[in-house]
Formats: sequence, structure tokens, C-alpha cells
Amino acid sequence: MSVAQAAALPIAERARAAVELENVEKTYGTGKSAVKALKGVSFDIADNEFFTLLGPSGCGKTTLLRALAGFESVTAGTIRLFGEDIVDVPTYKRSINTVFQHYSLFPHMSVAENVAYGLKRLKKSKSEIEATVADTLELVKMTDFAGRLPAQLSGGQQQRVALARALAPHPKVLLLDEPLSALDLKLRQSMRQELKQIQARTGITFIFVTHDQDEALSMSDRVAVMSAGYVQQVGTPNEIYEHPANRFVAGFVGDANFIDAQITSPVGAIVTCRTEGGAVLQADARNLLEGQRDVTLFLRPEKVKLAKAGSATVDGEITDIQYLGNSTMMHIDIGEAEPLVVTEPLGEVDQRLRQVGDRVGVILSPSALQILVE
Amino acid sequence: MMANLPSSPALRRTLSLAPALGVIGIFMLIPVCIIAVFSFLEAKSFGGVVWSFSTDAYVQLLYERALDDSLMLSPGYLIIIWRSFLLAGIAMLCCLVVGFPVAYFISRQPLQHRNMWILLITIPFWTNQLVRTFAWIIILGRNGIIEAPFHWVGILGSDDTLGLMYSNFAIAVGLTYTFIPLMVLPIYASLEKLDFTLVEAAADLYSSKWEAFSKVIIPLSKPGIIAGCLLVFIPSLGAFIQPDLLGGGKNMMLGTLVQFQFSTARNWPFGAAIAMILLAAVVIFLMIYARAARGQQKMELH
Repeated sequence: MSVAQAAALPIAERARAAVELENVEKTYGTGKSAVKALKGVSFDIADNEFFTLLGPSGCGKTTLLRALAGFESVTAGTIRLFGEDIVDVPTYKRSINTVFQHYSLFPHMSVAENVAYGLKRLKKSKSEIEATVADTLELVKMTDFAGRLPAQLSGGQQQRVALARALAPHPKVLLLDEPLSALDLKLRQSMRQELKQIQARTGITFIFVTHDQDEALSMSDRVAVMSAGYVQQVGTPNEIYEHPANRFVAGFVGDANFIDAQITSPVGAIVTCRTEGGAVLQADARNLLEGQRDVTLFLRPEKVKLAKAGSATVDGEITDIQYLGNSTMMHIDIGEAEPLVVTEPLGEVDQRLRQVGDRVGVILSPSALQILVE
Repeated sequence: MMANLPSSPALRRTLSLAPALGVIGIFMLIPVCIIAVFSFLEAKSFGGVVWSFSTDAYVQLLYERALDDSLMLSPGYLIIIWRSFLLAGIAMLCCLVVGFPVAYFISRQPLQHRNMWILLITIPFWTNQLVRTFAWIIILGRNGIIEAPFHWVGILGSDDTLGLMYSNFAIAVGLTYTFIPLMVLPIYASLEKLDFTLVEAAADLYSSKWEAFSKVIIPLSKPGIIAGCLLVFIPSLGAFIQPDLLGGGKNMMLGTLVQFQFSTARNWPFGAAIAMILLAAVVIFLMIYARAARGQQKMELH
């Protein structure tokens, strides 16, 4: 069946996919204690793409990564690497390298020996190994540390060596298992930028696993959001953030307000609906299903604008104010089940004037209010 | 009490070490010194020593005094030394070959099961070594467990034997059997510390199972392997029970030779000299171990 499907794809299309996943399933254990870690995972990763698997812990992203590396077998489904089925190919024969979460550098080898390890196993010539090790260490700015042992390096430096070791054999795909999670915030942010640059420079397909939505959004060409073993949505960071496929994605990627409502006039690109609290709102109708009446509206906190009471879509009362430095987050009670979360960037209004108990007008523009697919 | 403590921290440290130093001094250093001194004395005909300096004991190891008082090279004792090293080496290798997979297996078990496996490994220690060695006579000996089927089938006649007992083979089996836990435990200790994602990392970097084993697992469990080898080799070198019971007296090792010199031959200085040579060999091996351990420390620095 898979052969017929694959053949149906245009040849140019197939050549561009670095990794194709087709109904990948993974079950741990058997019988009643069986746990399904991956459920029908299917998507493609393009060549030269910075692709991120995003999800909370236990969502299956690490299992998927380990299946790609070959550390875990899959229970069902197909994994293709540049068109070749690799499900039965052992780890050491896959042109896929991994940057491990805790680096896993060989403690008995120097930095240079660690980086040379994969090249030696591939039986490269001595001169080629030396040249590649030197180039790769330069790429990750670790040339001066070539003779050190891993134990003599800081966490950030070990991270760079782990990256160099995985890059040196120039794999077709590089897997990165939460590589930044052990670093402190500043280092993490500078490493993001650097990883992105290294990916662009080497042209290797990166598959990056993280639970950090900022990391995912800032680095990736495309993101797959995973939860409970399912892929919830695959898309560019912008698509994921602006047009989440469902409530899970909307809530996991960034902050979100959810308002339950009923459609009152289901006509056109903008529909009118009435909320539980009685407010009449207009919303973007692109996700509205045929005949659907009960909907959940979704709204990002920064899409809400505040105005004078009485001059906006609805009025509300500020119940909480949190100062966040570059913005201020407020909870505004607009008579719905949950207070509306609103963030207002610094500079537009002097937020010192806002106080808990103030009545404000809340502008909810139809383009910002979206209907969610449950 | 507190007021009586010496004020200098250095002195306090020395004093608190005193009991340990006392035990080591009285029960180890002094006896070793006595043996060292005895090895340079003359032998009395029926045991004991004559208090006059002599290197006869060491000369006797290599040479035999002919009737005309000239020295003739005599290989007899060298053969015993050679056999001791050979059998201790064979026992060490057998323990390593059998013990490593066992240690590896245990280290890969779920955490809560490992202690049970370790307990099983140490069970032989609960029984007297002498009794356990006698058990091997029943297994290897004439009409023993191994030979019996050959007799039943008729391959061996009623008076024939495979000759397993009273041989170097029997000694090597006995030594391997006795000391194998001492190989398993230190190797297990290093393998348990080993981060197995390193093995995954090796596989990820194009290492076959064998390459991951030889390039990562072996180097990282080296301290345990060396410790295990020493713990097997050293007691095997000076072993007494196994060569005595399973070697049957004619296949002597250093341990049985020392015992023979003190009890039967009544040549105390010669027995002491052999003991000193045994001690020298042990010290050399321990120094090799210390060097290997230093290399290991550098790797774990941090």
C-alpha cells in the first residue's frame, strides 16, 4: 500500500523530503499494561529544513526522535530517509546523528577524539579526519579546546562539542534532543541563534526536540506540535501561533483566551455570535464547520486593545495587574466564565495609571477572534 | 574529655589514625619484617633458624649445591614459580571471560533486581572454601560426576580415568571457581556507573556492537577490569588449598611450596624467601594498578 502511495507522489516532491513518516506507531509493553507512545504519526520533513517537535513531557516527541535515530523500534508504520525505508536499518547504518540531551560525550577521549569518533568508524582517511575535525571545531568555536577532556569543559562548551561530534560525519539528518535545556537563559538564547546559523551554513536537516515554545517558534522553519502520542498540528511558527488547529495547540503555544459562544448569524467570512455572558461578538469564520452552532472562540492576549469604558466592543473590570517589564498583563472580568487575559506592551499607555477595579473598554477585532476546531 | 584533645589538627589526625596504624603495624608490618629477616638467616636442620646472615635461601631458589660445593643451575623451583604465574594468569583470564558478561548482565538489570543478583554471586562465600574445593574432587575425580557417564557407556574401563584430577587443569578450574566473584564485583561496580547513553552515542556514530564494546564499554570499565584481574591474580598466585587438594602435591605452586618448606622440609629461611618473592610480585602488580587508577582520576575530574 505504501509503495503505491509513494509512487503517486511527484518525483520532485519525494526528492525534497528528507524524512517521511507514515502512520508510525509505538507501543511499550503488552496486554493491559501497554502504553501507546506514538499514535499514527504521519508527516514529512523537507531537506535542509529546521524542523521542531514541540510538546509537553510524555507527548511522544522523544520517542519519535529515538525511533528516527534507531534506538527504538517502531510497532507499525514506515520511516523513510530520502526515500529509503529505514525501519529495519540498525542505528549505526543510518546517516542520522544525535545531539544528546546530556551531551553523552565519551569521557575517556579528548574533544578532538570525540569529534573524530564517527569519522573513524566511517573509515575516512587520516588527513580527511584531521581536516574535518579542525573545520567542525572551528564551526562551533571550540578550536582552542581540542586537547581537553570533556570533564574539563563547562556545560556550554560540552554542548558545542556534542554538536561538533554529531555534525562532523555530515549526516543527512541531525537530531537534537532538548540540547539547550541544561543551559542558563542567556546562553540558551545565544545558542538558539547560533544553531540556526550552523543549520543554514551546513545545509543539514535539523530535527529539534523541545518543550519550550519560545525555542520552537524562534528557530524553526516548521513545527510539529505533539500531545498524547498524536501530532496535533504541523506548520510554520506563524501558522501554529496565529492559526492553531485546536484548543491544545492554542493553549500550549503561547497564552490564549477561550470564550464559549453560539453562532447567531453564520453567513460570510465574519460571523456573529453570542457568548455565554451575553456579549455579541464578531469572529473570523474560516474554521467554522458546516452547521456548527456551539463554538469556542480563541484570542491571543496581545491582540486585545484597551480603550475608554463605553467606547469599545465590551466593557470590563480589571481584576489583576502583573508588571512584566516590557509589557503588563491584566485580568479583565468581562462577565464570562473566565476573566480575559490581556497583555499591553509598554510605551503605548502609561500603565501606572491602570489600577485594579478600573473599568475599561475592551476592543475585540473580528480578525483576532478565531473559531477553534475542538 | 574534650579538653584533653590535642590542639594541633595534625596531631589529632595522627592520633585518630593510630588504631588503624596499630592494627596494620602489629598484624602486617611486623610479621612481614620477621619473614624478611628470617629469609636472610641460616636454616637449622629440623626447623627454626640459626642467627647468622646468609643468602643461601635465595641462592637455593635458582641453584643446587653439587657434592664438590659448586653451584649448579636448578630449574625445579623456577618451574614452580612459572607454574604459579601461569595458573594464576589462566585463572585470571578465565574469570575475566566468564565474569565480564555476568557483570554486564547484572548492570543491565532493573535497579531493584541488581542487589539480588549480587547476593547470588556472593552465595559461595557463605560456605567454607575447603569444603567447596572438596566438591570439585567429587566432580573431577575418579568415578566423579564427569567421568561416571564415560564408565556407564563403556568408553572408559573400570580402572581407567580421564585424569582430570591432580593436574594443572584441576588447579586452574579450582582457582577460577573460587575467585570469580572477586572479578564480577569490581567490573559490575564500574559498569553500573557507566552511562549507557554513551553506548547509544557510539551506535549513533556508526559503531557496530563490537566497536561500541571495544571503543566505549571496555575503556570505561577498565578500572573495574584491572581491579578484578588483580583481585583474582594475587590470591591465585599464593593459593594453597586449590593446588594442594586439586593438584595433589606433585603440581606445586608458590603457596604450597611455602607451606612445604615450613612444615615438611623444615627450611624456614627458604620458605621465608619464597614468601618474600611472592610479596614482591604482589607489590609490583599493585603499583601497576595504582598507575592505571591515576589515569582514571584525571578523566573523572570535575
